[in-house]
Amino acid sequence: MRKFPEYFTFWHIAGHYSLRFSAYLVLVFLMLPILVIVPLSFNAEPFFTFTEGMLSLDPDAFSLRWYQAIAQDQKWTLAIWNSFVVGIAAAILATGLGTLAAVGLASPWMPFKRLITALLLSPMIVPLIIIAAGMFFFYTSFNLVSTYPGLIIAHAALGVPFVIITVTATLTGFDRSLFSAGLSLGASPTKVFFDVVIPIIRPGVISGGLFAFVTSFDEVVLVLFLAGPEQRTIPRQMFSGLREQINPTILAVATLLVLLSIALLATLELLRRRSERLRGTSD
Amino acid sequence: MPEATSVTPDGLSREDARNAAREYRSRRWRAFLFVVPLLAFIGFSFVAPIASMLYRGVYNPTVASLVPETLEKLPSWQGEERPSDEILSTFALDLKRLANDRTSGQLAEEVNRALPGSSSVIKSSARKLRRVDDSELANNGAAILIDANAKWAEPEIWQALKKTGQVYTAGYYLTALDLENDPDGGIQRRETQIYVKLYGKTLRMALIITILTVILGYPLAYFMANSSSGTANLLMVFVLLPFWTSLLVRTTAWIALLQTNGVVNSTLLALGLTDAPLEMLYTQFSTIIAMTHILLPFMILPLYSVMRGIDPSYMRAAMSMGSPPIPAFLRIYLPMSLPGLSAGALLVFIISVGYYITPALVGGTDGQMISNIIAFHMQQSNNWELAAALGSLLLFLILALYWLYDRFVGAGNIKLG
Repeated sequence: MRKFPEYFTFWHIAGHYSLRFSAYLVLVFLMLPILVIVPLSFNAEPFFTFTEGMLSLDPDAFSLRWYQAIAQDQKWTLAIWNSFVVGIAAAILATGLGTLAAVGLASPWMPFKRLITALLLSPMIVPLIIIAAGMFFFYTSFNLVSTYPGLIIAHAALGVPFVIITVTATLTGFDRSLFSAGLSLGASPTKVFFDVVIPIIRPGVISGGLFAFVTSFDEVVLVLFLAGPEQRTIPRQMFSGLREQINPTILAVATLLVLLSIALLATLELLRRRSERLRGTSD
Repeated sequence: MPEATSVTPDGLSREDARNAAREYRSRRWRAFLFVVPLLAFIGFSFVAPIASMLYRGVYNPTVASLVPETLEKLPSWQGEERPSDEILSTFALDLKRLANDRTSGQLAEEVNRALPGSSSVIKSSARKLRRVDDSELANNGAAILIDANAKWAEPEIWQALKKTGQVYTAGYYLTALDLENDPDGGIQRRETQIYVKLYGKTLRMALIITILTVILGYPLAYFMANSSSGTANLLMVFVLLPFWTSLLVRTTAWIALLQTNGVVNSTLLALGLTDAPLEMLYTQFSTIIAMTHILLPFMILPLYSVMRGIDPSYMRAAMSMGSPPIPAFLRIYLPMSLPGLSAGALLVFIISVGYYITPALVGGTDGQMISNIIAFHMQQSNNWELAAALGSLLLFLILALYWLYDRFVGAGNIKLG
């Protein structure tokens, strides 16, 4: 039994434990849906529910057939390929333009800073359905609908706010005298930018790029409106799977995506620690 | 300008002041140049599409481009009886041309929106006119047209044609607000209220979701903020993992949990809590549950970051001086956590108002929100102008909320994880 301060009455202690209990309950609510689909993806039967065999841990009730189904279905392999191509291209575009802009926005001389920041962050706030409707009308007149470039620039626009936020975060506390120091030692501004500024903001740039990639990788509304059958991505394929023929292949894909998000989360955490160390804000 | 003194009020020489001003301008320019490429990109890929959508809600050239000759003559018509024989003949020629170009269906669809039932009138007449000679139509078009369908002798369909022929119209915005033009040119409410009701339902659902995320998120954020940093970091992983998991994965999980023979129902049956499986999926209930789950991290993260900065000794001081826990919490802690609470609540509310995917997949007919009807008009009914008008109204709503958010929280203060 842990020790409570002497002034604690029964109600303080009851409050303490009920708080702890409800906090854990909320955590269960957050994690349970994800934890449920992982075992279900190994179901030998084509159902979305636990069979008797699974509950009694009968090895025959588990199988990898839904994972094999992904590899054999050309729709899924194309979707996986598309997701990576579009995601990586959109992330590179958003990160390149976004990093440059974030450096400009961090300058104390930047005009209309507040307005421009709000404008550049707005793709994060405007509902996807509105963006999709607008892009569909507008991109049609440039023949960008049902093409890779159309989807890539659409996704890059969605990723820009995340790059701005992460790179700006690494730039706050950036010592601008380092820039002057580089210049005074005779380096060109471009050289200073690449040799001094970039290494310091690199963790922010990489995590911004990862955010942009995930945004594209997870996005389905724009894909629904802007992509043709050739550009179908993983979420788009899941969307039609859930609407048309529900089978546990979707759960297998979902499990793979959970693994991917664990990997991304770990990478982001490492980058955050590295960035704190570089900027000297930790310890 | 005569040179009075060579020194400015700041004590700088004129030349220095000029140089300083020039330096200031050039630095502003240099900073701005960094942003130019991205501004150009966002302008093309994001701002222009949305601007064009706002425009499309008031601008509709389709009918005007289909029957230009007729619309040129229609303004002379008073609108009480059927138009003159000359106008009817012109229209008969226009319609024959459309029938041969196979575009009479487009006209039928557009006019049908203004006057339900006119689609079949236009289509059947177009089929009959195809075989008629041009010169005969020019001489005797009115009689042939009325012979093809008696509705052409009545003024209603002509009023509909005139109305849809306007290139600029507020009609779609009026429809989106369940209003319409009355015959005297004023504005009246439509008999059936569809969209205002749907906006109301969307706002109500967003409010319920926001309140649920507060109820679930506040205790967890409080608990994490008052744990040791090791425990807090561990618990944070369990908040961030769902946050980073694909939206489709989380929606799939809720379908697996809530469907008729899904995990929740089989558990309830096995425990004997219910005799028959509950119908939970494809209802408003499942939409609200799944969206609360998906948006909960957006509430927890800003709350946690504010609560982390609240010194726990304030609460300890209040309680050690004899305050019971609830009054101490309400008077000391809650006010200090309000910035995080309002940031999280506004963020969750803004996101849920415009949500599309989850209602589309788990909402059934009961759980549909305003986004779903916009998608419906985009994809199924092909009424793009109405979709644009509905979308624009949603956009204004979101921008108003975003403005509030920016005022109270600051758009630049959004943090990730």
